[in-house]
Amino acid sequence: MASSTSGIDLINAANSTNGDPVIDLRGIAFTWPGQAAPCLRLDRFRLDAGEQVFVCGPSGSGKSTLLSMLAGVLAPQQGSLRVLGTAPDALSAPRRDRFRADHIGLIFQQFNLLPYLSVVDNVLLPCRFSRSRRERSAAQGATPQAAAHALLAQLDLPSALWQRAVTRLSVGQQQRVAAARALIGRPRLVLADEPTSALDAPRQQAFMDLLQRECGIAGASLVFVSHDERLATRFQRRLSLPAAHAPDAPDVAGAA
Amino acid sequence: MLMLAMAARSAWNRRFNLLLMLLAIAMSTAMLLGVERIRHQVRASFAHSVSGTDLVVGARTSPVQLMLYTVFHLGGTTSNMSWDSARRLAVHPAVAWTIPLSLGDSHRGFPVLATTPGYFAHYRYGNRQPLVLAQGQPFAALFDAVLGAEVASRLGYRVGDRIVLSHGDGDGDGPAHAGHAGHENRPFVVSGILARTGTPVDRTVHIGLEALQAIHLGWEGGMPLPGLAILPEQIRKFDLTPHSVTGVLVGLKLRSQVFTVQREIAEDPHEPLMAVLPGVALDALWRVTSVAERALLVVSGLVVMVGLAGLASSILAALGERRRELAILRSVGARPGDLLAMLALEGLVVMLAGALLGLALVTLLAAVSGPYLQSAFGVTVPAAWPTPGEWPLLAATVGAGFCVSLLPGWRAYRLSLADGLMPTT
Repeated sequence: MASSTSGIDLINAANSTNGDPVIDLRGIAFTWPGQAAPCLRLDRFRLDAGEQVFVCGPSGSGKSTLLSMLAGVLAPQQGSLRVLGTAPDALSAPRRDRFRADHIGLIFQQFNLLPYLSVVDNVLLPCRFSRSRRERSAAQGATPQAAAHALLAQLDLPSALWQRAVTRLSVGQQQRVAAARALIGRPRLVLADEPTSALDAPRQQAFMDLLQRECGIAGASLVFVSHDERLATRFQRRLSLPAAHAPDAPDVAGAA
Repeated sequence: MLMLAMAARSAWNRRFNLLLMLLAIAMSTAMLLGVERIRHQVRASFAHSVSGTDLVVGARTSPVQLMLYTVFHLGGTTSNMSWDSARRLAVHPAVAWTIPLSLGDSHRGFPVLATTPGYFAHYRYGNRQPLVLAQGQPFAALFDAVLGAEVASRLGYRVGDRIVLSHGDGDGDGPAHAGHAGHENRPFVVSGILARTGTPVDRTVHIGLEALQAIHLGWEGGMPLPGLAILPEQIRKFDLTPHSVTGVLVGLKLRSQVFTVQREIAEDPHEPLMAVLPGVALDALWRVTSVAERALLVVSGLVVMVGLAGLASSILAALGERRRELAILRSVGARPGDLLAMLALEGLVVMLAGALLGLALVTLLAAVSGPYLQSAFGVTVPAAWPTPGEWPLLAATVGAGFCVSLLPGWRAYRLSLADGLMPTT
């Protein structure tokens, strides 16, 4: 195991030192069919390896559209979109699916877990569908199971819960399981779509602490979408999307 | 293997919903097969109302009408054939046996058929099955009657009971019914009850030809002559040979001679007669009633369509939950093909299981309620393996259900990842 771990670390190191930004957007515009004005316009946005960005904006400002684009679900109608040096919209649908499974961890607003799988099996799902996630999970534990156990323990989920049905977990616990799943196999990018909206304030803080720390440990960049401004202070970078009907181009602030 | 295990766990998680779907499919399959089997059975029992009879002979009328009188014992006879002709036919060298039949009287709505003891020996129905007496014996005394199974069970008669016939084919309840003269002074004794046949025989009261002649002694004017009462003990002194009969069933020594004999009868110099081939006439008669058969076929189709509509609606109702599940699977790397395979597998398994359950259900129902259906309605629904004709129906049902179960799945998988990312917008 030790030898394979080092081999994968070498590959990861090679990937992260090739200088490609994790996200590189230029002149992006997206208009939903039947709408006059684009709901999302981004002149330039770049996110480097390991960086964490807080994306905010009022409803309809294109936050979800941006996430869908980064996940390769939507293609920009204008501009260039590169994720990890690859243009998702240039890939065939099966390759785009593979690319997403290998490199991107997703956390939805809620209902992230399959009710018929145990906590550990939910965390292991990406390893089942992506070979590279399975191989890279070796950096987090000797086996994928061990990696899942380690992540769950780090996310403050005691082992008593691991084999339990996910429906018996609290919403906060469920979101931490979702975070463990997004992080297993060390994806390069984690996309989180308002994962704290169903949590109360103290639990939000605890969840953010764990998520940000684990993204750091896993070496994943984090795009965190929320309209809760109180969370913004936790991020070095912030991307504010204006309302759709605003005529101005969105201001992209790198608050370092 | 992985998707198989996932599909199984996913299905188990929705087992209640799937069970309802399964039951809906099973019900509509059972309905379809049940209606189909009844349809076939009705047709078969119609076509097998009479068998083993080579020719039906009677006075000239339409072949269908002659069949209605002689086999179904329906309708009023308009013209009879003479007893002389019947006797000449019986001794014809090509003829093996004859059964003379006379109709006209009734008993509480059931037709009375006057015939000879040869009827019980030669009459065949279905697959050349002979008539079997469930109880008692054929005519021994002059005023003996043998009842069809339905007559006996409907009216609660047993061997030894006395019954009174009424003149004409009235459907009155009793002998005193207005408009129908009764034969109260000539009661019959039930000497035997036939086993059920599923043919018009079940609805018939059988008496001897001489008995029919006897109860009409002194009725030459169509009504009893006043003051002319004949005592029972005097009856034997009269000549009880009938003057005429409604028709004669003929069995030939050689079937190959059927057309020769048919032509001979048609050209009979003594009396205008006709001879019809029962199979041909039954086909013609079935064509008249095949509207009912087609209606049953339409009912079968509607049953399946309603079942599939129910299936589609329950799948659509479960789709909300399903979309979330598919979105999660897509987000962790399941390919659309994986999901489609999962949905297809589940749809196919549920449809097949439902169809099999439906088959088991209809078989069980047929086995359990078969005797009741037979005795109450005279309809046999065989508890049998699907006939070759039913397999395409089953396959079409499973195939249609499979397509229905894929349609929402196809929609869900196209939307699935976007659903997860944009749950509200």
